[in-house]
Amino acid sequence: MSKILVIAEHDGKKLNQATARCVTCARLIPGAEITVAVFGADPAAVAAQAAQLAGVARVVTVAAACNAHPLAAVLAPQIVTLAADYTHLLGASTTFGKDLMPRVAALLGVPQISDAMAVEGAYKFKRPTYAGNAIVTLEAPPDRKVVATVRTASFEAAGGGGAAAVSAVAIEFTAPAHTRFVSISAASSDRPDLASAAKVVSGGRALGSKENFEIIFKLAERMGAAVGASRAAVDAGYAPNELQVGQTGKIIAPELYVAVGISGAIQHLTGIKDAKTIVAINKDAEAPIFEVADFGLVGDLFQIVPELDKSLTK
Amino acid sequence: MRKILVGVKRVVDYNVRVRVKPDGSGVITDGVKMSVNPFDEIALEEALRIRERGEASEVIAVSIGPDDAQQQLRTALAMGADRAILVKTDRLVEPLAAAQALLAIVRKENADLVILGKQAIDDDAAQTAPMLAALWDRPQATFCSKLEIKGGSATIVREVDAGLETIEIDLPAVISADLRLNEPRYVKLPDIMKAKKKPLDVIELAALGVSAEPGLKPVLTEPPKPRSKGIMVKDVAELVDALKKKGLV
Repeated sequence: MSKILVIAEHDGKKLNQATARCVTCARLIPGAEITVAVFGADPAAVAAQAAQLAGVARVVTVAAACNAHPLAAVLAPQIVTLAADYTHLLGASTTFGKDLMPRVAALLGVPQISDAMAVEGAYKFKRPTYAGNAIVTLEAPPDRKVVATVRTASFEAAGGGGAAAVSAVAIEFTAPAHTRFVSISAASSDRPDLASAAKVVSGGRALGSKENFEIIFKLAERMGAAVGASRAAVDAGYAPNELQVGQTGKIIAPELYVAVGISGAIQHLTGIKDAKTIVAINKDAEAPIFEVADFGLVGDLFQIVPELDKSLTK
Repeated sequence: MRKILVGVKRVVDYNVRVRVKPDGSGVITDGVKMSVNPFDEIALEEALRIRERGEASEVIAVSIGPDDAQQQLRTALAMGADRAILVKTDRLVEPLAAAQALLAIVRKENADLVILGKQAIDDDAAQTAPMLAALWDRPQATFCSKLEIKGGSATIVREVDAGLETIEIDLPAVISADLRLNEPRYVKLPDIMKAKKKPLDVIELAALGVSAEPGLKPVLTEPPKPRSKGIMVKDVAELVDALKKKGLV
């Protein structure tokens, strides 16, 4: 049997959808028995959401003041304490999981599988390397714990309808004082979340300025879509960092991805190739984005985007 | 005064279109341009700036890899590192072994700060920094986009999925550099000449008591499945029609 512990990601109130995708990955592991661990100052509400995920057998909560903010140095030793009962430890390959899980793996003295994208067996996983240009199948030793981060774009979110038992676990633990949370400045927004949105409209360098980038926000709003950006657009200051899509930003898998003025560097394409439908709008007919696009339109984005916006109001 | 250790990994240049070997045993690296991992250049640039502000006295560039990685260390020396150490091995080194090797160097050098790239663009693993911090039992600040040292601690801005997170860590610590931490300087010709005279020590990986035996067995490397070729539409109306047919708008 594979006894799997999935580390929940949340903001104190809401369970992140990345965790539901992790659970789907976990369910594909042969003989899976899935427990979700929720660390927090007051984890009850998040635990209740995790308990509803299909396929989850148990939810354990670890309530402590030091768990109010997700600091890897604080969480990792607690996860190691829980780890004794499990064969697999999974976290989403988000900035949360990428920060935390390697610290857990190193404390356990085991290697980590980053960005698991397919389950080939209880100890066999596929993962992308070289910005997704080479897919490697890795075998982990069955006599050691598997620690992995899960490439969320590769798995659908687990559905609801579950009713897992929730239990509290007390861990004897003195949190290290050497790492202190100060603040988080999240761009508060009513727009859909980029990582989990069904539709995404992204803008690139060709937008030319922060002001011009507004037409991307406008089109996204019209379509009920999240906003993304290429690295070039973020580097140029047209869009904030958390909107970056690609190898070093977010890897996403929306139903519809609209790339506006994005040439399609390989580092960007790796972030979108699981999108179901890709639309590319670019003035350069030779742009590599058209090689992956389902629908390509060559032309001036400053004419096309407003026209598209207008035709969608009808 | 503070000593900063910076990781410098030799990787396939980011402009190279990587190809998988036909026998599935890996990717083709023969005759391919190799460079310093771009995130490591950012890490090194930050270390140099800290030294230039007078907050550190020495910057040591460390690479783990084959003899040829001396080229990337020379680049690091030309950028401004004071000296370099190559931990030599001809085998592929997993992040856990890399972290163990770096820890051995950290202890040997009594380093106060380690700055690594947030990930290497070959294996894209993004593990070494948190693993080193764990083994060292010190704070970690991954995905750092701003760093300020005040006395014995540092204030770090981190690029996280939700936005920007600020944390405070006590030194010694491990930091991983994100894209927007800085823009690395260009190397000038006289610096390349000067770099040839800077010290570069070579230590065998085994001499550090670290095994390169992989914990994970790569059984197959394959190219990704290609997306099927799409169609070009002539105007917005045709695009909207196509999307409507698919129920996407």
